Amino acid sequence: MYNPFRQKRKVLTALKEIKESGVTLECKKCGHKLPKEKFAETAYVCPECGYHMNVTSPYRIRTLIDAGSFREICSNIKADNPLDFPGYGKKLAETTEKTGISEAVICGTGTIDGMKACFCFMDNRFFMGSMGTAVGEKITRSFEYAAKHKLPMIVFCTSGGARMQEGILSLFQMAKTSAAVKNHGDSGQLFVSVMTHPTTGGVTASFASLGDIILAEPGALIGFAGPRVIKQTIGQSLPEGFQRAEYLMEHGFVDKICDRRDMKRTLSLILRLHKGDRK
Amino acid sequence: MTASERVELARHPERPRCSEYIEAIFDDFILLAGDRKAGEDKSIIGGIGFYRGLPVTVIGQQKGRNLEENIEVRFGMPNPEGYRKAQRLMKQAEKFNRPVITFVDTPGAYPGIEAENFGQGEAIASSIALMSGLKVPVISIFIGEGGSGGALALGVCDKMIMLENSIFSILSPEGFASILWKDSARSKEACEIMKLTADDLYSLGICDQIIREGSGAHLNKSAVFSRVDRAIGDALVQMRKKSGVQLARERYRKLRKIGKDMRKETV
Repeated sequence: MYNPFRQKRKVLTALKEIKESGVTLECKKCGHKLPKEKFAETAYVCPECGYHMNVTSPYRIRTLIDAGSFREICSNIKADNPLDFPGYGKKLAETTEKTGISEAVICGTGTIDGMKACFCFMDNRFFMGSMGTAVGEKITRSFEYAAKHKLPMIVFCTSGGARMQEGILSLFQMAKTSAAVKNHGDSGQLFVSVMTHPTTGGVTASFASLGDIILAEPGALIGFAGPRVIKQTIGQSLPEGFQRAEYLMEHGFVDKICDRRDMKRTLSLILRLHKGDRK
Repeated sequence: MTASERVELARHPERPRCSEYIEAIFDDFILLAGDRKAGEDKSIIGGIGFYRGLPVTVIGQQKGRNLEENIEVRFGMPNPEGYRKAQRLMKQAEKFNRPVITFVDTPGAYPGIEAENFGQGEAIASSIALMSGLKVPVISIFIGEGGSGGALALGVCDKMIMLENSIFSILSPEGFASILWKDSARSKEACEIMKLTADDLYSLGICDQIIREGSGAHLNKSAVFSRVDRAIGDALVQMRKKSGVQLARERYRKLRKIGKDMRKETV
C-alpha cells in the first residue's frame, strides 16, 4: 500500500546521507583536512596535531556513557525570560529550534563501565553554554539528586560565563550551584569536573573550579576574565599559552590534561578508585 | 531617579568607603592581614572588633580616595589573595563563633595576568562555597558598586542589606553593553534594563533591606552610618537566636529559591 509518510522518510534519509557523505572537516589548528567520518573515528581530535574540535553534549553522552544506560533528569526545566529582557524570548526559541536542545546543559544518570554516576554535559551551541536560571537549576538539582542517591558527579563544563539576559538572577546561579556542590561534597561524594573549551567567567568562578578532581581537555581555554578584557585592562600582550589547559595545570589549577580519546578510560579509573569507601 | 543616575552615585568619588563604616560602627577594631598562602591584598580589608560589645569579624572591599590610593587597591578590584584572606578570616570567625559582616564595594574582581595565574576563578568559587555553609550569622552590606562574581564572593549571606544608591549587577553596565551590543558607549541604556538598583533587587527577592540615603550617602555620612549600625543590630538580634546549622540550612534555602525553585519537582 502506498504510504506517503514512508515515502517522505525515505527521501529525507537519502538527503541526509547525501549531505553527510563527502563532508570534509578542516582542523582549525594545522589545517589538516579529513572526511567527517574519519574525524568521528578519532573522537573529533585531529590525528595530526591533537587539536580537539568542539563536540556537542549528545555526542559526549553517546561516546562516554554505556549504551542504553543514560536516563535524563530535569529535562522539563527550560529557560524563560524572567527579567523580560528585550528579544531574549525570541532568541531562545530560535536557538532551541536550531540546535534541538532546550538549554545549555543536559543532565542525567548513567553508567561508565557499569559504574553509576550522575552527569551534567554543558553545550556551547546554546547561548555559548552560558549559565542562566535554568542551567543553574538543572546543575543544582543534579548535585542534590547525586547527594541523595549517593552518586558521584561528573560535569563536563563549557561556558562563556553567566547569561547576560537573565542579569543578577544568572549571577546568583553561581552561589546556588556552589552551595549544592558543597553539600554534595559534605555528604562524602566525589565530584569530577572536566573543563573543555572554553570554560570561562561565572562557571569557572563557581562549580567548575570546585571539583575534587579537575580534568581538562588539551588546549581548552580556561579562565575567569576573558583574554580581551585582560588585554584592555593591563594594556599589554598576554603570555604564550595563557589561560590554556596546559598553562592552568602548570599553575596548579588542573589535575590532569586528558585527551578526549582517553576520557572514558580515565573517568572509569577514577570512579573505580572511589568505589565503596564513601561515607 | 533613573538607574544610570544611581550608578553614578554608587561610583561617586566622595562616597563613604568600607574603612569609614568600620571606624564609625565597630569599637577596638584590629585589622588582620594576609592570606597565609601568597600575599596581602589591600583591596580587601578585614579584621575583628566589637559590635555593641559583641566580637565580630568584618571583611570588606576597599576603594581609594585619590589616584595614589586607588592604584594601590586597583580601584577596589581584588586579587585572589584578597579572597583567600577573606576565606581565612571567615573560617576563623566560624571557629570562634563570631558573626561575619561584609561590606561590598567593587567594580569586580581584577582582570589581570597574575590574578589568573593565582586562580581568580577558584578563589571566588571557594569563597562562595565557603560562605554558603558558614555556621555563624552572615550579614552583607552593599555600600557602593557590586560588580559581578567579585562582589558575590563577599555577598552570600543570611541578610542582604543594600544602600539606596548601591548597585549589584552581573557585569558593569559598560561590559554588558559591550558584550550584548558590541558598544560600551550604550552603558546608560544598559543600566535601565539590567535591574541593578537596590529597589530592583528588593523586588526580585534578593535584597532583604534597603537603607535610605537622602540625597546621597556622601552628603549624609553620619545618618547613613547610624542607619547601617541599627540594621546590623536588628539583624543580629534575629540571627543569634538560631543555631549555626539552622542558619546554614536557611541560607541554602534562600539561595535555592533564586531562579526556578517554583517549578515542580522532576527527579
